[in-house]
Amino acid sequence: MRIALILLFLLALASVPGSIFPQRGTSPLRVNEFLKDNPTSGRILDQLYMFDVFASPWFASIYLLLFISLMGCVLPRAVEHYKEMRSYPPAAPKNLSRLPVHLQWNSNTPAEQAILETQVAWKKRGWRVRTGDDWISAEKGYSRETGNLLFHLSLLVLLIAVGVGGVMGFRGTVIVREGSGFANNVTQYDTFTSGRNYSADKLPPISFKLENFISSFQRGGQQNGAPREFYADLSVKDDPSATPRAFRVEVNYPLRTAGITVYLVGHGYAPEFSVRDAAGNLLWQDAAVFLPQDAGFTSSGVVKIPDTVPQLGLQGYFLPTVSADFSNGPVSEFPAADDPGVYISAWQGDLGLDSGLPQSVYRLDTKNMKRIGMQELAPGETWTLPNSGVTVEFTGYRQWATFAITRDPAKGWALGAAIAAIAGLSLSLLIPRRRAWLRVTPAAGGGNLFEVAGLSKTEAPGLADEISHLAELVNTKKENL
Amino acid sequence: MTVNETLAQASNAMVYGAITTFTSSMVAYSISLAKGRRLETLETSAQRTNSSHQVRMGSTDTLIKPAVSTSVSVDGDLGQGRRAGNIGLALTWLGAILLGLALTFRGLSVGRWPLGNMYEFSLAAGFAVSLVYCVMSLSRDLRWLGLFITIPVLLDLGSAITVLYAESAQLVPALNSYWLLIHVAAATVCIGAFTVGAALSGLYLVAQAAEDRITNGLAPGRSAAIAQRVPPADRLDLMAYRIHAFMFPIWTFAVIAGAIWAEAAWGRYWGWDPKETWAFITWVFYAAYLHARATAGWRGRKAAYIALAGFSAIIFNYFIVNIYVQGLHSYSGL
Repeated sequence: MRIALILLFLLALASVPGSIFPQRGTSPLRVNEFLKDNPTSGRILDQLYMFDVFASPWFASIYLLLFISLMGCVLPRAVEHYKEMRSYPPAAPKNLSRLPVHLQWNSNTPAEQAILETQVAWKKRGWRVRTGDDWISAEKGYSRETGNLLFHLSLLVLLIAVGVGGVMGFRGTVIVREGSGFANNVTQYDTFTSGRNYSADKLPPISFKLENFISSFQRGGQQNGAPREFYADLSVKDDPSATPRAFRVEVNYPLRTAGITVYLVGHGYAPEFSVRDAAGNLLWQDAAVFLPQDAGFTSSGVVKIPDTVPQLGLQGYFLPTVSADFSNGPVSEFPAADDPGVYISAWQGDLGLDSGLPQSVYRLDTKNMKRIGMQELAPGETWTLPNSGVTVEFTGYRQWATFAITRDPAKGWALGAAIAAIAGLSLSLLIPRRRAWLRVTPAAGGGNLFEVAGLSKTEAPGLADEISHLAELVNTKKENL
Repeated sequence: MTVNETLAQASNAMVYGAITTFTSSMVAYSISLAKGRRLETLETSAQRTNSSHQVRMGSTDTLIKPAVSTSVSVDGDLGQGRRAGNIGLALTWLGAILLGLALTFRGLSVGRWPLGNMYEFSLAAGFAVSLVYCVMSLSRDLRWLGLFITIPVLLDLGSAITVLYAESAQLVPALNSYWLLIHVAAATVCIGAFTVGAALSGLYLVAQAAEDRITNGLAPGRSAAIAQRVPPADRLDLMAYRIHAFMFPIWTFAVIAGAIWAEAAWGRYWGWDPKETWAFITWVFYAAYLHARATAGWRGRKAAYIALAGFSAIIFNYFIVNIYVQGLHSYSGL
């Protein structure tokens, strides 16, 4: 137990850095930022797994040692408990008056009759009873140890379920614009991580279209701009041939189908542009996903137009509510699209798409480009770029939503283990293990001396009451001494 | 849905009323403690604690004689301080009722459970601490503990109305779930009971220090001033154990309810979010406390320090992680 205690402290201590440093598992962007800001210390911390604490070998070794120590303790105790459950309590001690709860009285009832009747009455109360010629020894509360063992075994099952879920499941995220769709195929995901034993071609063939996204925000007061409602109205096809059904995904209310779960985890705006050449031919027309930067949903993004010579790039901000105050640059005043506008700069040159290096769709590589102008646009306004005659029309905006799609086949096991753990814990902490005895000895002045005594193996209240109740079940004529 | 300003203001008025009530209650308990002495002397307590420790030093599997014999009453007896103690207890009940009303009005003003930001959590925690204490007082005399309950409640309410205050408003969508009531209410009740447990463990350490000085033949130190006004060390230790043992399964439930909610909201039941990590650390500390009390060489003082470490983890999780650490549980409303 001492080793288990020390390992428990080590486990608590080992999880602390996981809450201090950003973790790759939950916030990879903040890890990169940290590494950029602290190159030297960052590299050392990284080598110590400080950004992957909960996947680090030293964290794993602590909990594996803990579970080995737990097994070493629980398995022998389970065997011993099994034997105890099949045996009878030990014989009554000679001197009952030394026990913490002790009652005695004289009566003329014969010993054999009292022993016979009392053992039946005590058994009815759930006591495990053993009798001698003139004594009864009884024990109750075996479920304390049963609960204790159940709790520790459940923790083991829980740990296994966590591990199996990681190996057999996957988690991906995808951004879908209003009016666009998603088919459950690994190429459609923006991010996708799967366990070693999950093959991506086993993805169930569901698909959905984001028909409508609804968001609303607190207006006025101290919490002005705080989100109030998000809904994503989907039309879902559970397989390619199925007829679409409408489903509303909300935060806290995911779509569960075909063993996968679809969660709404984020949202933002996608401004729509139409870009035409000097002759009026359409070069590019779409809604570009811009990523929110602040609580007012000031969103930044880019549009890349490779099919012109020289290539063209637009970079800038979408503001759902244009602020009257420009001292802090283009900043949105409110997250809802009350008075939308864009601030964009146009770049000419080589987008670098042919360099073979992977590029972010949210960032313009301006190394080989030249800025040719900057413009503020309201919906419907058109900007004619200098020199080339190319026009950029800001036609409006659409909303987009981020969905997380996950599969964890072991989560039912984890839940079952967690419930069993609570049940076991409650039994082991709330049920006292106690013993009770009756001894009948011939009294000096004739008749018999009846003694009832009790002892609790654990510090539990109420023993005295329980023992005096047992004494009442001894059917004699009582004359307290 | 709009905010009913009348009810929101009524709620604020109730909070100020509760603070006034708890302050008066604290004064009453102080007078009660200053005047009162318990019947059993420190010397007797020290002797009994020592002898029961000797009995208990055996292996954990042998049947042990409980530290508290049913034939000796060692409950705190405040003697002359009793009237002030009665006033203190009545005022604690009143304060708890006012906080309950404040929470009710706050919830009614926005038509939702009042557990949406740190101001509301703090009111609920203050309510939970005082309610746990009042309910425990129904079956035993706990007037001696009142001072050590009203002080944390007042600190909690003071921080609530100053730094944590948030206007009555609707919830962010992430909190809009029935799990809010189950998970947050269970966690809040645990925080309330663990506060009472921490007060008992702290008092145990003081009483044990005083009894140890006497056992070692030293003059009663400053700790004796408190020790002779509260029950003996072994009794405090047992009370602290019982409340921690009772609450530990509920704390486990609160963490698991949070995991079930996280699965519905974020797509995974456990993700080592900072708040989750500290809930886990708290859980590990209290699990260690329960193990320590069954391990020779750890029970007594060391176990009490572990319980206090668990409580520190709760406080850290509440004030530091909620306000300063970025994570998914950022609902402070600040």
